[in-house]
Amino acid sequence: MTGAQILIECLKREGVEVIFGYPGGQVLPIFDKLYDAGLKFILTRHEQGAAHAADGYARATGKTGVCLATSGPGATNLATGIANAYMDSIPLVAITGQVKSFLIGNDAFQEADITGITRPITKHNYLVKDVKDLARIVREAFYIASSGRPGPVVIDIPSDIQMQDTEFIWPETVDIRSYKPTYYGHPGQIKKAAKLIAQAKKPILYIGGGIITSGASFVLRELAEKIQAPVTWTLMGIGAFPATHKLSLGMLGMHGTGYANHAIMEADIIIAVGARFDDRVTGRIDTFAPGAKVIHIDIDPASISKNIKVDVPIVGDARNIIGELLEQLKKAPDTSEWLKIAEGLKRKYPLKYKDDGKIKPQYVVEQLYEVTKGNAIITTEVGQNQMWAAQWYKYDHPRTFISSGGLGTMGFGFPAAMGAKIGCPDKTVIDIAGDGSIQMNIQELATCVCNKINVKVAILNNGYLGMVRQWQELFYKKRYSQVCITSPDFVKLAESYGAEGIRVAKKEDVRPAIEKALAIDNTVFIDFSVEPEENVYPMVPAGEAINRMIEGLA
Amino acid sequence: MRHTISVLVENKFGVLARIAGLFSARGYNIASLAVSETLEPGTSYMTIVVEAEDEKVLEQVKKQLNKLIDVITVTDFTKKEHVERELILLKINYSAKDKARLDNIINKYVSKIIQHKGDTAILEAIGDQHQIRGLLEDLKPFGIKELVRTGRIAIAY
Repeated sequence: MTGAQILIECLKREGVEVIFGYPGGQVLPIFDKLYDAGLKFILTRHEQGAAHAADGYARATGKTGVCLATSGPGATNLATGIANAYMDSIPLVAITGQVKSFLIGNDAFQEADITGITRPITKHNYLVKDVKDLARIVREAFYIASSGRPGPVVIDIPSDIQMQDTEFIWPETVDIRSYKPTYYGHPGQIKKAAKLIAQAKKPILYIGGGIITSGASFVLRELAEKIQAPVTWTLMGIGAFPATHKLSLGMLGMHGTGYANHAIMEADIIIAVGARFDDRVTGRIDTFAPGAKVIHIDIDPASISKNIKVDVPIVGDARNIIGELLEQLKKAPDTSEWLKIAEGLKRKYPLKYKDDGKIKPQYVVEQLYEVTKGNAIITTEVGQNQMWAAQWYKYDHPRTFISSGGLGTMGFGFPAAMGAKIGCPDKTVIDIAGDGSIQMNIQELATCVCNKINVKVAILNNGYLGMVRQWQELFYKKRYSQVCITSPDFVKLAESYGAEGIRVAKKEDVRPAIEKALAIDNTVFIDFSVEPEENVYPMVPAGEAINRMIEGLA
Repeated sequence: MRHTISVLVENKFGVLARIAGLFSARGYNIASLAVSETLEPGTSYMTIVVEAEDEKVLEQVKKQLNKLIDVITVTDFTKKEHVERELILLKINYSAKDKARLDNIINKYVSKIIQHKGDTAILEAIGDQHQIRGLLEDLKPFGIKELVRTGRIAIAY
């Protein structure tokens, strides 16, 4: 078999259903073999779209996403998508073409050192120098991408290697001596954690994307109910615990709920699972949860005690460890007083906005929730739209909120929605977007229409790069520097691509427009003219303690 | 504070860049780095001296190194009984009238004059960081024209 055939055979054996990508000179041998390989291929309009779509597919399905691009500019266009997947621990295999082996290092046409470029933004990467290694490398790449703390892996394949012939040998097993993720927690540490929890008066569960990755939602719920602890989550942890559950406190951090931020400061024990105490969550670190002992469960030992001093570190898979913890917990703590306090905080610091008859972005998101009854997959762009989507839609199931957390990539939501829809064709998929973000990968409209990928894009159009404007308003004396952004006519633009567009200028039209959009069997842009200077509240100023929030409303 | 750690790695292209990149990406400074093959083909041994302001930074360095796929083991010598050595080559000013004084110093250390030509002598010395520092201090009055050092290597008991 040729290298290209080996690659395709390996992808099939890895169970790959779809590849997102873009052709080019140095991947022609692969594309030639793809012609009749029977694999689904989605031709995006930009390689960044391919990477984000593969990422969205992975987040929605839990499978490894695959994208493919040519050398040089094709490969560098993937870089943002790769970095995005890296920051959010998403399993992704990115395959790039490379100039012929003997030209590498000669500054050949469309040459870029992509293993060098992606080294700091991948979990691992490979440059294939011998076609005999290819099958093993592909197998290893999928194993590394999806095991332990998942992440992106790049396989860079010179075009001559794609054409060389060798015997195809499928490696049945993968054995990398230096890579053995820990899945089971240390029994002594788990016992210690159980003991600590049993004595707790004010325990709180602080959960992140690791719960979703490990499929731990169910056991987590069992744990929360058993110990009667309120649950708060990171942006990446949205959906890991039902938002409508009575123990839910919502999201924590810079734009988290007031009650979550106050509650964690009062907790005596924080049980952190699959979350990494990002600065957007902790606020000023030396003031964070001063009275709390911290139990930290994470599959990545490097995440433990990186930002916060941890009292009981437990390295391993969240589902296993919570299961063990449940067995060890003989006696549940009495938290009735604590839950009363939490209820009080919920009443005292509710999420709110002023409803004055204009189209408020929060209202749009609420209506999206009402109309879809919470059953949609929501992807988001980055900025105010993302925070409103996180605050005002209630997510009861994992993998229903797909957002760029760690990297904060504008332009992520739309291609991610495409990937999610391909992975979950029976689900309604809605990208909650801003007028700025949507213009960063708007070309994927063509991909949606050509491939009949039916996604909805709810544009919260305020004429600004809203989050930056909000910061300029609050911290730069309203000196609005380069945040007023003009947009095309989104309705006409959608139509020109063969999609549909709906413009909404009045509050009473919001709900009917959403209903109408959902009934259309095509990609639809809904352009909501929302209040231009609406802010996301509460807000913790960068570097402040997380209970020192700007409420914004009287 | 400087810490010596050693890293056993797969001997593949790009591994050194991965390790060095890990340090630079996190703003950690490598004070010295020495790499060589081990007895086992396919693996290399790196001795890295890292400047870490506190235990927490050192802990992160070790954990991040362990995360790299090509890293087999990471050993921290800070609390381990071990020996450290470094090889240094020096070019110093030399004149026959200083010979006795110079010989005295050289005999104090594991060092010797490899050759001298005209007014210059080349010296080699092996020692731990204190010995090397002592030697450099002692040689200062002669005038050190140039020096190169291998960086630290370490081995545990």
